[in-house]
Amino acid sequence: MHLAYPAVLAALLFCVGLYGVLARRNAILVLMSVELMLNAVNLNLVAFDVWLRDTLHTGQALTLFTIAIAAAEIGIGLAIVLMVYRNGGTSDIDKLRDTTEVPGADDPTEPAGPDTAAGEKAEATA
Amino acid sequence: MNPVLAAEAPGFLSPTGVEIAFLLVGLVTLAAAAVTVTTKQLVHAALWLVVALGGLAVEYLLLTAEFIAWVQVLIYVGSVVVLLLFGLMLTKAPIGRSPDADSGNRVAALAVALAAAAALVWVVVDAFRTTWIDLDGPAQGATRVSGEILFRHWVLPFEALSVLLLAALVGAIVLSRRDRTESGPAQEGKR
Repeated sequence: MHLAYPAVLAALLFCVGLYGVLARRNAILVLMSVELMLNAVNLNLVAFDVWLRDTLHTGQALTLFTIAIAAAEIGIGLAIVLMVYRNGGTSDIDKLRDTTEVPGADDPTEPAGPDTAAGEKAEATA
Repeated sequence: MNPVLAAEAPGFLSPTGVEIAFLLVGLVTLAAAAVTVTTKQLVHAALWLVVALGGLAVEYLLLTAEFIAWVQVLIYVGSVVVLLLFGLMLTKAPIGRSPDADSGNRVAALAVALAAAAALVWVVVDAFRTTWIDLDGPAQGATRVSGEILFRHWVLPFEALSVLLLAALVGAIVLSRRDRTESGPAQEGKR
């Protein structure tokens, strides 16, 4: 098999995941896109490992480690998302502006406005 | 490094059966991934992610990495997607179409993704145009081989990884536990 097939597929999958990370608004959908990017890396590792016929099988061992780290990442990420949802009433990453630095920083009502609106909207959709 | 490279690399116009299967499954995987990041129904995104990850497991099988393929099915399809679905339900994600699933900067995101795809595909194709993977012989990712290399050469990283998993588990529990002493009345007041 040509090495170009898995390499190109991995590159395209990575870019699809990149688009998802940048374009999605729900934090859990962003986590899904991160999983896609990690899987593209795994495919590259496996393909190059099979190509090089490595006696230590470095690529496959690293793939297993990546899968385990991805599982840990998704656990921690979901815990953070659930905590943010419990405290703020939303999992919308565009609305998480608690640490933002607004230009007119002496106007405290501006950051508070979208937050309360988001909370009400989340309540309404629920 | 590659014995076939010196002799003669087979062309792209006469693909082997494995290559055709890889290409078809790859198209399905890519389409499912694209639907995952573009659909407006949040639960459907998680279900299309199952198709994409399962397609990748088939690609691992075609690359003779059997153990990785089954680990992929068990961990990704079996647990990660279930965790994601739980997360969607616990954050009360709307069932059905949600028009604000995409952020406002999707045009910029599309431009960045297309530029990255063009650059990566160009470089990768230019570098590995004539490289040939020899898939004949014994499977390189059989469970016996994987177990031997993992517990003979990679024991220390493996154990470090188990410590990391334990730390992640404890961290997730600590994060998701309610702090009763401080924010108990506030939580009650909010509800």
